[in-house]
Parts: sequence; structure tokens; C-alpha cells
Amino acid sequence: MSFKEKIAARAAREIRSGQVINLGIGIPTMILDYLPGEVEVLVQAENGILGIGPRCRAGDEDRNLIDAGANYVTLVPGASFFDSALSFALIRGGRVDISFLGTLEVAANGDLANWIVPGKMAPGIGGGMELAQKARRLVVTTSHTTRDGEPKILERCTLPLTAKGCVKTIITELAVIDVTSQGLMLRELAAETDLATVRSLTGAPLLCGEGEIPRF
Amino acid sequence: MIDKTTASAAAIGQVRDGQTVMVGGFGAPGTPFLLLERLLEQGTTGLTLVKNDANEPGSGISRLLEAGRATRLIASHIGLNPTAVALMNRREIEVELHPQGILAEKIRAGGAGLLGFLTDIGVDTILRRSREVLNLDGREAILERALRADVALIHAAQADRSGNLVFAKSARNFCPLMAMAADTVIVEVEEVVATGRIDPDAVHLPGAFVDHLVLLEKLTPDYGVLPHHVL
Repeated sequence: MSFKEKIAARAAREIRSGQVINLGIGIPTMILDYLPGEVEVLVQAENGILGIGPRCRAGDEDRNLIDAGANYVTLVPGASFFDSALSFALIRGGRVDISFLGTLEVAANGDLANWIVPGKMAPGIGGGMELAQKARRLVVTTSHTTRDGEPKILERCTLPLTAKGCVKTIITELAVIDVTSQGLMLRELAAETDLATVRSLTGAPLLCGEGEIPRF
Repeated sequence: MIDKTTASAAAIGQVRDGQTVMVGGFGAPGTPFLLLERLLEQGTTGLTLVKNDANEPGSGISRLLEAGRATRLIASHIGLNPTAVALMNRREIEVELHPQGILAEKIRAGGAGLLGFLTDIGVDTILRRSREVLNLDGREAILERALRADVALIHAAQADRSGNLVFAKSARNFCPLMAMAADTVIVEVEEVVATGRIDPDAVHLPGAFVDHLVLLEKLTPDYGVLPHHVL
């Protein structure tokens, strides 16, 4: 399993039957591959779909059926289509139970920064700001560090924010971390790592509960 | 009987230099590629374009941007078009970016005859620097102005001659909103049927919002499954 697959597989376990979820680009789009068959979810896409199904098989693509990342997708029974205003009414109105997003930086106070690197990258805002601010629960799925090995999980974000205090859970290839009022709380550790390693790669203090930390 | 069908040249001939043009589509689905091609051939310039994205290099509104026909683009995310990003970075076009649902709502408000609306989206971000922040019952809110255009160019799957429209799957996106928010609405359509043939319950956009229908004779590769997006 690649580190991305590992994150997607762990993220899938955060989903409960009956939920409405939105999957950002990158790792989040892989989450459906790891969802147990008995878990029934409605996947929403910003471009006006509720009820995206399993990955599209080659040759089955429909020219009019893409997700917000321009991937060809399938539908589940009960799916529906709507315009972009209604799609964001669903998001801002609080009908999305979990939004899974990737990130550039995430902070111990739940701040998220994932849309702009001033002077380097500013392709636009897309749906991320509204999802981050208004989904009932925001789960960040990300590599634990940058390509250069620098922490992405920080005391405070250095980049312009997408939304303030919005992140509830961070899932990386090394750990599952909850954002609490006390700070970052380690919930699970990956099988092949240890607490000291994770602490050294995290740019903010990491709290632990009593007893042994569950592994994933 | 009302019949809004017309030739593409006659319809697009109404677009003038310097006008604001809304263009439907989220990526390829819903993008009126034929109407955009006619607009390019016609040489209209100095345009302000409003679209969710900038299509991809060599396709859709990117061809107008590449030919220098637009001075301004109002969009949400142009990351799938490195050519448009480069034009923006070189300041050859002015780009105004909005959160996607806020862009949709600005257009919806324009179409609904409203002047604007208040939102807390982006209130804790750098967006507030370029926006008006008001106090609403003790909470900060951004004032978003409604958006209208001179012309909307959209794509639909089916129309009857009176202009009632049906969109296909994810090709609906911004199309009905833009059709509500423009003074002149030109729709390219894959099939035109006799008025009365579309079940009133199945109409996605009433014909009252549509001025001209252009029948697509054939679907060019731009409309098809794009090989580079197949996994």
C-alpha cells in the first residue's frame, strides 16, 4: 500500500452509514475504494451531484458525468443532479456530514491553509473555503510532512487561511489526530512508527490519552 | 408558435466588443464550445468573461483568452488551465476569483433581481481585504454584490422550440443560473423538439429565460470523453 492508499483506507473508517460526504481532490477521491460494502453513503460533488458511486471502469465513461476534479464517475441508486447554487446551498446549509480535504498546512487550533501560496500558487478558491467553513465535520487527509520533510502540522499556519478553527481530525500515513480545545490529541498511531518519531515530525505539541495508543 | 431557433452566426453576432459574457460549464460538461468558437471567429474583443473555470489549454474559453480577446475573467478555480494561470501571473488578463458557491450565488442573485447578499464565507481570510465587511447583529458579514452579464452562452441537452431546456447530468452546473442573469441568452442545444414534447415537470429552465436556440449539428471532440481524464 502506498502512503496515500494507507491514508485513504484509514479515512474510510471515519464514515458512518447514512452520511452525506464530500471528497476533495487527491487522496480523498481514493477513500471510496476502501469503504466497506455495507456502509451506505451519499457522496456529493460541488458541480451538482449527490450520489457518486464506485470508480468508473475504463470504457464506461459518460461525457456528461464528471466530479469536481474532472474525473469520470458512476452513480449509486438514489443519485440526483442539481445546479451549482443548490449544490452550495447543500454545503453552506450544513447538510454535508463530513468534508475530506487535503492541505498545505494545518494548525493545532484547527486552522486550515490549502488554497494559496502567495507569489507561487494561486489557481483559485474552488469549493474548499465553503466546505471547510460549513461542513459539519472537516477531516484533513494529508502526508504528515512536506516533500522536503518539514511538518505540515503546525502551531499556527504561516500561509493565508482557507478557514479558521475548522479542522476536527487529521489523518496522515503516521497518525490519526483530533483537534481539541486542549490542543492536538493523538488518537491512533500507524503500525510501523512510534510516538517519538511522530512527535519529531509534528510542528505542534501532541497530547496522548492514558494507556496504550491504538494502532492502524 | 414561438420558435427561438436561429443560426449560430446570427445569434453570436449580437455580442459586442467590451461586453460581459457569462459562459456555462464546469470543466467541459455544459461548456458551449460551438458558440465560443463562433465568438472567436467573429473577432469580438475586450470581453469580460464569467465562468467557473478557464477550461483547459486550447479548448473553450481558453481559446478566447489565448487570442487576447478577454481583458478580464471572473472565475472560481483555473488550476486545470496552466495557460490561463500564466496569463494571470503576467497580468495580461485581470482575474477575479471567488469561492465557488459564492460565485454561483452572485449570479443567482443577479438573475433573481437582487442587488447582493451577506455571507460569512471568507470573513476570517484574506478575501476580506478586497471586500466590504459589515456588521450584522454583532456578526461580521461580507457584502457580495450580485453579478449580471450582457450575454450568457450556455449548453443544453434538449430544448423545445419555445426555449424550455433540459440539461444532462453534471452539465447543468452554472447554466440555468447564468441564463437567469443575462440580458441576452444564447443556448446551443443537442436536440430541438416540438413545443409540448417536454413534460412540464421535466423542464429544468423555463423558456422565458431563453432568447435564442442554436442547434448543434455535430459534437466535436471537445464534447466527448476526454482521454486525458480517463483513469
